[in-house]
Amino acid sequence: MHRGPRLWAAALAVYAFLYVPIAIIIAYSFNDSRLNAEWVGFTWHWYKVLLHDHDMLVAAGNSLFIALVSSLVATVLGTMAGIAIQRYNFTLLNFMVLMPVAMPEILLGVSLLLFFIQVLNLTLGMLSIVLAHITFSIGFVAVIVRARLAGLDESIFEAARDLGASPWETFRYVTFPLILPGVIAGGLMAFTLSIDDFVITFFTAGVGLSTLPLHIYSMIKIAVTPEVNAISTLLILLTLTMIALASKFTSNALLKKP
Amino acid sequence: MTDSGHKHTRAARLAKYLMGGPPLLFLLLLFAVPSVIMVLASFRYPGEFGGLAPLTAADPNTLQGVTLETYQFFFSDLIYIKVFIKSFFMALATTLICLIMAYPLALLIALSPKKNRNLMVLMVILPFASNFLIRVYAWMIILGPQSVLSQLVNNFLHLFGNAPVHLLFSPFAVLIAMVYVHLPFMVLPLYSNLEKHDPSLLDAAQDLGANGWQRFWRVTFPLSLPGIFSGSALVFIPVLGMFAIPDILGGTGDMLIGNLIKEQFIGTRDWPFGSTLSIMLTIAVLLIAWLAAKLGGHRGHYA
Repeated sequence: MHRGPRLWAAALAVYAFLYVPIAIIIAYSFNDSRLNAEWVGFTWHWYKVLLHDHDMLVAAGNSLFIALVSSLVATVLGTMAGIAIQRYNFTLLNFMVLMPVAMPEILLGVSLLLFFIQVLNLTLGMLSIVLAHITFSIGFVAVIVRARLAGLDESIFEAARDLGASPWETFRYVTFPLILPGVIAGGLMAFTLSIDDFVITFFTAGVGLSTLPLHIYSMIKIAVTPEVNAISTLLILLTLTMIALASKFTSNALLKKP
Repeated sequence: MTDSGHKHTRAARLAKYLMGGPPLLFLLLLFAVPSVIMVLASFRYPGEFGGLAPLTAADPNTLQGVTLETYQFFFSDLIYIKVFIKSFFMALATTLICLIMAYPLALLIALSPKKNRNLMVLMVILPFASNFLIRVYAWMIILGPQSVLSQLVNNFLHLFGNAPVHLLFSPFAVLIAMVYVHLPFMVLPLYSNLEKHDPSLLDAAQDLGANGWQRFWRVTFPLSLPGIFSGSALVFIPVLGMFAIPDILGGTGDMLIGNLIKEQFIGTRDWPFGSTLSIMLTIAVLLIAWLAAKLGGHRGHYA
């Protein structure tokens, strides 16, 4: 097969399909019109509206708090899982870590809703969302940490043991510093997934509490204004920053061998 | 086994459970237990105000105990089976369109010089990193009644004397957004398969007189089947359970399994029936995953 002009044309059309919708959202966030239809003129208006939208700011604060707490816990648990799976062949754990990610999201959402209400008798809110987010984030952290660990030379751990390091000392002074880039990349991944999650949050949030995706959803369902475009544009910027940060660590964690 | 070896394995087992125990416990409690609860809930009666009816109640007139009613209900009314079939075809159509769009792109990336490949892959993932709802919302704008596309389509239809159509809130809108959201899941496994192909196979085919199409259909395509199957599973499974896209871009008649499940848990609050639908979805997903693994694994021998 050659990289002929027809292959290039087809591939470029697919790239356009991927980028045009995003470009349209960003462009209309600066459009001086309530309708996302005709270009009228440039304005910062929708960003100003956004700054004074109290509900939106509260939702953003909730999202940030949930993402911080859930990614922190998921990083600790996911790192432990990654080590246990890679170093000690914990197959059952590997299965348990991947299943919540492999199934359609709605199934985890409704089963957790049922569990929180029917079994734990929990009032849905911050706690139920955080627990749900940890559940689906552990798998991603574990996979990244595991990949980092798989790239390390087994003999480093033997050397540490031969030099008289206890298992804890081996972990503290050898294993952990070496997998740290993977841990950080996994944590950033968990943070992004949590900030972005809609489906599982939708089922575990209850009535009183909103997150950014939940708030965007209700805006889309009720009344679409370019304010949605403005918050979308800001979120795209945020995710790009997170990816740049994460890739700085993953390129160390996954590509380069130590 | 020597004494030190014995001590070593005991220490290793201790370390295994010290490390793996906490995440395992967490996932048992928040994934395994809720899944079992859902199976149990499907055999109960719905509660008066949502939730489940009690297992035992003093008043013999209230609903109580266990039942197979939700399953009988599922199979007695064709509506539910029809929604499953419709969802299946939506997932199939999405998978096929994703495959047709992803293949040339994955092939081009795999054939590009090594130094460009990572950037080209990143370009596929980047739009996918923006929030899911935002990507769906973009199609609300593009397909909206005042959009450039809608006007073009309707002017064109008008030329031939046809009545204007609504692009938004239609199965077409649902399908296009499904493709948009899931496309990277097809490109990545395809690319990682195509990248591993040995170019000398194509040279050999050429020496034996195969033309461009023959080389593609008889060498590249069969070898890429494992990538096709894993990509297809990654697209098919989430589409089968999707509720947000039909909810935002579909009309009232475009309900899929996910919308049906959401309706039982959030709307009508019939949790036992919602659980039954979720279990049916789980069975469908497991069947498809098994099929993909079997087909992919079998073909994998050739790659």
